[in-house]
Amino acid sequence: MVEWTDSERAIITSIFSNLDYEEIGRKSLCRCLIVYPWTQRYFGGFGNLYNAETILCNPLIAAHGTKILHGLDRALKNMDDIKNTYAELSLLHSDKLHVDPDNFRLLADCLTVVIAAKMGPAFTVETQVAWQKFLSVVVSALGRQYH
Amino acid sequence: MNDDCNDGDDDADDDDDDDDDDDDDNCSLESNYLNVNMSLSSKQKATVKDFFSKMSTRSDDIGAEALSRLVAVYPQTKSYFSHWKDASPGSAPVRKHGITIMGGVYDAVGKIDDLKGGLLSLSELHAFMLRVDPVNFKLLAHCMLVCMSMIFPEEFTPQVHVAVDKFLAQLALALAEKYR
Repeated sequence: MVEWTDSERAIITSIFSNLDYEEIGRKSLCRCLIVYPWTQRYFGGFGNLYNAETILCNPLIAAHGTKILHGLDRALKNMDDIKNTYAELSLLHSDKLHVDPDNFRLLADCLTVVIAAKMGPAFTVETQVAWQKFLSVVVSALGRQYH
Repeated sequence: MNDDCNDGDDDADDDDDDDDDDDDDNCSLESNYLNVNMSLSSKQKATVKDFFSKMSTRSDDIGAEALSRLVAVYPQTKSYFSHWKDASPGSAPVRKHGITIMGGVYDAVGKIDDLKGGLLSLSELHAFMLRVDPVNFKLLAHCMLVCMSMIFPEEFTPQVHVAVDKFLAQLALALAEKYR
């Protein structure tokens, strides 16, 4: 089981309470599709992904980014059992969506970059440590049920 | 419409409708599979040079911060600094070394057209003396990207991000060239 200090819990809770899900969700998913273009393979039905500009203006991608970010709420509410919280979602990504779990790490890295841009100097070393620990637990849980 | 959509019009220079450049920017399936040689297009090289030039006033801060974050977020990287009295994030030796590394990165920007040739001696240093596991180059690159994003949120657009990420990956490859 993952151990969280009070400080880590406070940091993670604070980030989420100040989060603009639409803005950060959209920016993170768009950045992932632009920086790691092979991730576009999962978005065949999402319309025009021809270049960075069209990706950034794509409303379907924007909506999906928001949805993904809200998916993190579950981990926030169940920080002491993220592994089981995501068991079902992990199976979904494995059996139905067929997403290579390495992509979770890529998206997590993009999310970190976007949040760093938003928070600026407030994204302290301590904050980054807690945030990346949180995301690595989520990423690990999402990949756990692959078989 | 979101801000990025409106800015996209202003950034038309960054992304021409030049088919050749688009082919360069999007990796071929083969190169993805082999994980080698996702080389920079001439447009991306220009993007890298431009952004690093903008960044130059803060390059020391970024270097120092990036190494501090590396040892904080990925504590196993401290194993390379056991010879320092203090390898904790923000310590003097860590900050100083981060600045040194960033200096090397800037030097590599000047050699962007031939990283393998230009970084030959640095590669020998890393291969035979330092023997840093190449996986750590990726981790440090990520921390550098985070710092760039923090300090230059407006300039570090997705287009700049991909160009810089590719450059740092190419740099890492050049550094690992002599490993085996």
